[in-house]
Amino acid sequence: MIDLLSRDFMRYALIAAVLVGLTAPAVGTFIVQRRLALLGDGIGHVALTGVALGFLTGSAPVLTAVVVAALGAVAIELVRARGRTSGDVALALLFYGGLAGGVMLIYLTPGGSTASLNSYLFGAITSVTQQDVWVIGALAVLVLGVLAVFGRELFVLCQDEEMARASGLPTRFLGLLIAVVAAVTVVVAMRAVGLLLVSALMVVPVATSQQLTRSFRATLGLSMLFGTMATVGGLTSSFYVDVPSGATIVLLALAGFGVALGVGRFVRRSRTRESTP
Amino acid sequence: MHVTAPAARKAAVVTTPFRMTGGRVTLDGREVLRGIDLTVTEGEVVAVLGANGSGKSTLVRALLGLLPLSAGTGELYGVPPARFRQWWRVGYVPQRLSVGGGVPATVREVVASGRIARQSRLRPTSAADRAAVAHALAEVGLSDRARDPVQALSGGQQQRVLIARALAGEPDLFVLDEPTAGVDADSQRMLAHTLTGLVRQGRTVVLVAHELGPLEPLITRAVVLRHGAVVHDGPPPAAVGTHALPGHDHVHPHAHGEVEGPLPGWSDASLGSRTENLDR
Repeated sequence: MIDLLSRDFMRYALIAAVLVGLTAPAVGTFIVQRRLALLGDGIGHVALTGVALGFLTGSAPVLTAVVVAALGAVAIELVRARGRTSGDVALALLFYGGLAGGVMLIYLTPGGSTASLNSYLFGAITSVTQQDVWVIGALAVLVLGVLAVFGRELFVLCQDEEMARASGLPTRFLGLLIAVVAAVTVVVAMRAVGLLLVSALMVVPVATSQQLTRSFRATLGLSMLFGTMATVGGLTSSFYVDVPSGATIVLLALAGFGVALGVGRFVRRSRTRESTP
Repeated sequence: MHVTAPAARKAAVVTTPFRMTGGRVTLDGREVLRGIDLTVTEGEVVAVLGANGSGKSTLVRALLGLLPLSAGTGELYGVPPARFRQWWRVGYVPQRLSVGGGVPATVREVVASGRIARQSRLRPTSAADRAAVAHALAEVGLSDRARDPVQALSGGQQQRVLIARALAGEPDLFVLDEPTAGVDADSQRMLAHTLTGLVRQGRTVVLVAHELGPLEPLITRAVVLRHGAVVHDGPPPAAVGTHALPGHDHVHPHAHGEVEGPLPGWSDASLGSRTENLDR
């Protein structure tokens, strides 16, 4: 561990891993509750266009990705709120547009090739710089701050949107807010696990803690713990064994889900036995 | 419920919870409500009755502004729903509990969300919030289940959670969408008991039902819908009493003429209740 912490790039990577491990599942809990588990995937595809736009214009890919991903998330939310019937098709169109747009833009970039997208598609947490850590840190604070301030309202919105409206909550604003927060989270997590695997960190830790908890609050907290365990665990394993960090993180999270599934079943069974002797 | 005394509430300027004039609602190109005129005054206990597809649920949701009117006007306490700000005065009990994508939520968490219209964004949960939630849980007999996930509850218990959620907000107006549908006799009696208390405090109640059951003696007014129009508005038809006694299992065949209603629309409404029971 000393060996690991003695390198600058590993310290930055570890900080990034912790931030991502905390934020992605926190937002994910609300997204899953809102039945939009795949929202992160959609935003991830759109964000790729943002990354490529950064390369093309010579600006920081993280910043262009945030802007484009947020615009994409707003578009997704507006389509969703309009009507339900054609919603998923419209979303699919947006996803493919985002992916194809990214590949096209990177091709147009002088000296750019799809190879430069690789680290964004699959993650390269060890390439995180000090400046990246500051950007990721600021975005993570923003995300967690929004969840802390609006959490109570978002819980009602994501649980039962009609109830939220009948309580006078600004449902349109809250819907856009959670979508934009998800977009920011995707960009935060992009460097760690890659845009194609980002959604896994938003959904899998939530699915894992769901097996063990009874309350929303506990699900939220436990999923943040599991998320951090997966990112930090994946990062350290990839340091000692030569394996890609993004894939290791996701596979660890999935393994955790498998364990929780078994434990949860056992716990529930013994609980039933307690209540019905 | 410990809130402002009914007398204080009555002193408020506007005492018309609901007013709809020529209300029309079109859903997917089909006109579901065809020109509804309805005014509910404070303290009334109104049952909205009608056959399946007659527009009962659509009516209450339009009254709350949850569905837009394609024509006509609606007012909540004298204000169009879009400009209404006193949402803490309204307690809405939807037909079913939404379990939120499988993320667990405890009974207490769901009931506490009924306080949202009374809470401000940056203020933490107050002692008054906690007391109201505890009181609401006790009222529906779920205090001992407060820490259980709502997903683990039976349909009747989930219905009670929804009622407790509305109670927790301490509203003046209760709007219940089919609170008796698919609910066990115990929960129905619990509901009747709770509503009796609310009516005694002078709260306004609007409920959609196909079967009044033990609620029947509480109802002061029945609005019967048929094909999206009001066909009866007045005292609850006497037929309800015999038709919907608890334990009445709806297996006997009844012809159109068998139930003598005050208006032709009534027997249709009671027939509708039978088909709705089969649906569930």
